[in-house]
Amino acid sequence: MSALAPPAPGRARLLARGSSLLRARELSLFILIVLVFGGTTLKNHNFASANSVQQLLTGAALIALLGVGETLVIITNNVDLSVGSVVGLSAYLVGMVFKHNPNFPVLLALALGIAVGAAVGAVNGLITTVSKVPSLVVTLATLYIIRGADGLIVNGHTIDPEFIPKSFQKIGYATFLGVPWLAIIVIVIVAGAGFAMRSFRSSRDLYAIGSNPEAAELAGIPAAKRVFTAFLVSGSLAGLAGALFLALHAQIDVTGGKGYELTVVAAVVVGGVAIFGGSGTVIGAALGAVLLNTIDQALVATKVSPFWNLAIAGGLLLLAIVFDRWLSLRVAKSLQSAEGAHHDV
Amino acid sequence: MVDPASAAPLLVLHEATKRFGAVHALVDASVTLYPGEAHALLGENGAGKSTLVKILAGVYQPDGGSLLVGGEPAVFHGPNASRAAGVSIIYQEPTLFPDLTVAENIFMGRQPLGRGRVIDRAQMNGAAAEVFARLGVRLDPARLARGLSVADQQIVEIAKALSLKANILVMDEPTAALTGVEVERLFEVMRTLRNQGAAVLFISHRLEEVFACCQRVTIMRDGSFVRTDPIEALTVSDIIRSMVGRDLESLYPERTSDPGDVVLEVEHLSREGVFDDINVTVRRGEIVALAGLVGAGRSEVARAIFGIDRWTSGTVKVNGKPLPNGAPMAAMAAGVALVPEDRRQQGLVMDLGIDQNIALASLGRLKKFGLIRRSEETGLARTWAERLQMKFGRIRNPVSTLSGGNQQKVVLGKWLARKPSLLIIDEPTRGIDIGTKAEVHRLLNDLVSDGTAVLMISSELPEVLGMADRVLVLHEGKLMADLSGSEATEDAVMRAASGLNAEAAA
Repeated sequence: MSALAPPAPGRARLLARGSSLLRARELSLFILIVLVFGGTTLKNHNFASANSVQQLLTGAALIALLGVGETLVIITNNVDLSVGSVVGLSAYLVGMVFKHNPNFPVLLALALGIAVGAAVGAVNGLITTVSKVPSLVVTLATLYIIRGADGLIVNGHTIDPEFIPKSFQKIGYATFLGVPWLAIIVIVIVAGAGFAMRSFRSSRDLYAIGSNPEAAELAGIPAAKRVFTAFLVSGSLAGLAGALFLALHAQIDVTGGKGYELTVVAAVVVGGVAIFGGSGTVIGAALGAVLLNTIDQALVATKVSPFWNLAIAGGLLLLAIVFDRWLSLRVAKSLQSAEGAHHDV
Repeated sequence: MVDPASAAPLLVLHEATKRFGAVHALVDASVTLYPGEAHALLGENGAGKSTLVKILAGVYQPDGGSLLVGGEPAVFHGPNASRAAGVSIIYQEPTLFPDLTVAENIFMGRQPLGRGRVIDRAQMNGAAAEVFARLGVRLDPARLARGLSVADQQIVEIAKALSLKANILVMDEPTAALTGVEVERLFEVMRTLRNQGAAVLFISHRLEEVFACCQRVTIMRDGSFVRTDPIEALTVSDIIRSMVGRDLESLYPERTSDPGDVVLEVEHLSREGVFDDINVTVRRGEIVALAGLVGAGRSEVARAIFGIDRWTSGTVKVNGKPLPNGAPMAAMAAGVALVPEDRRQQGLVMDLGIDQNIALASLGRLKKFGLIRRSEETGLARTWAERLQMKFGRIRNPVSTLSGGNQQKVVLGKWLARKPSLLIIDEPTRGIDIGTKAEVHRLLNDLVSDGTAVLMISSELPEVLGMADRVLVLHEGKLMADLSGSEATEDAVMRAASGLNAEAAA
């Protein structure tokens, strides 16, 4: 009987607490990042140089940014595979504008990228919520369609650095107090989204929808509206990421952003977002992106064949999923033994 | 308490209709709720109670009829509109978000906000703790809902409804998963609410609860209103007649017991931390009931006997031969069948056909050269569907299209098709309407007369007393009493189940 139950034993209580569980995930990711970073530095002292750390942050920034939108979508038990294609499209369109109009304002260029992504996100969200087709299929289709359209627009041309204004390129390489601007933009967005996902009713709705869709309907949560918004945000951030991609690389061809979608999903899942929705944080996803990128760079720094990179990313992914499964079984078990205590009173 | 006769009704649903395609779920449903009353809504499964509840919840929009709330015509376009009108619903199946905290589950969509429309978690947890205090339960508002027992989940649902401060509370079988003490506490909360002028619409298959806590009763049949009467004017048989539409001789068949050879012999069976030193014998032609409170370890004993869980010490013999530990296939081969408590999760493959489900445990017998022919499955299934008097559209339709009672018959048919010598059946009639209940009971009786041994687990005391030749009572994993049919009275079983008469244990 719950009425007479003693407080659950300490560990079960700790594990059962949602926030501490998530915090544990973020902490272990952070420790892993530090370990990889420290270990690599021991072998190659240059790894800890300011330049190298800046590279680490810049390299993870775009995936972390895409991870914010992807997290929102995955939490509702959907997935957005179109983000890689959106990055390419948005980067190319912004590049075209600069080519024809070298004095185009930087902020407006970013806004244009966001608008392009938002349009795609709206289409994804609309098809998914109205036709109730699994988003895996919808966004796989838009992935191909956009990549194809991109090819037609680009038509074999590339946009080269001479067309990109220096003021725009600066976002990619300039730093503020030693931190790359690109990383600052992404950190601000991640922090803002992290706060929002904890604190607003509408964002808690996203968790509810992914956790139990039927209960969400009974609770009067406007599920379609919320899922649509998640896709809209994911698309918009992918559009922004496209503009930033252009600023970072200062050139774009038809392959820009190709394959990003899977890297993002991997980072998000490694970051502790449940693939079937309901739990996870934006900050965890961002840390997942940083971890994958740190490993990537560590392999370069220690002169290990870069082919190991993919295998390690895959291994981490499996580890993350197995760890989550193990953890949830453990939580269930310790909760059950606490339940047992209920009945024994 | 408010006198129902003098007050204006809080809610009137008049001649509501609702169709789903060709199916008329509601033909003419009416119910009137007065302030200060607990109003029972009764009817068999499929009578339209759940549809009516969902109309009041704003989940379904009626096709016809009228709805008045506080005398004003009302239209509920969605759950939020219903909630805003002061209606609060406790659903039959708990509908929680496992990944969110208990407090968030209670306040989903209406979390207390602080500055800048930011959720104030401290206030939210405090408010949840307050509701729990009112209910007299201790649950941590900040823990995740995942892993809560069904009873605790139901308590969260009740807390959710209470926190809404609704003046119309609809409860769709809230007590199905609760134990005696919790049910008592729920009734107390109902009384408090009624005294504050709220109306409670109470749905339950347990008539004794209806008599214990309700003032008026509305009965439905086949989507239509049958009658509304004060509870004093009705007897149990009046109610059953109105629900079923015909006279039902009795819920429990006349039983003559003539036990034969021992089929199941369980000696000193223990599973560490779950149950301890259990001795059970079941003979041919005998029904032995395992009684006890939820969590006493009854289902766990059954699972260990069947080999799903391993035991730590003791022996299990079937027809004289010992069963290996933790081997369900060996138990099946020895002639043991287990009909689990949770049909949907453990007993049925919901998307497969009725025929495929019935044939599932007999595939070894049906296969030829390693292949199964669908027509053989269908043939076997037809035999049992007829014997069990199942109601279905086509035998190849998915099981998910059947009502709860017919689903239970499919699970039964699946195991009976193997002609078991020992049938272990866990909660044979949970969530089944009264007409089907009587049928299941008659069926068990037929099986026993044909020489099958039955070990039955049931939380419904009348069922235990009405059906069993012997009653074994568990309390906290220990066998408290072994009562013969004549010794097994309501009082004796309840005392043993509460662990009171250790000295009287056999």
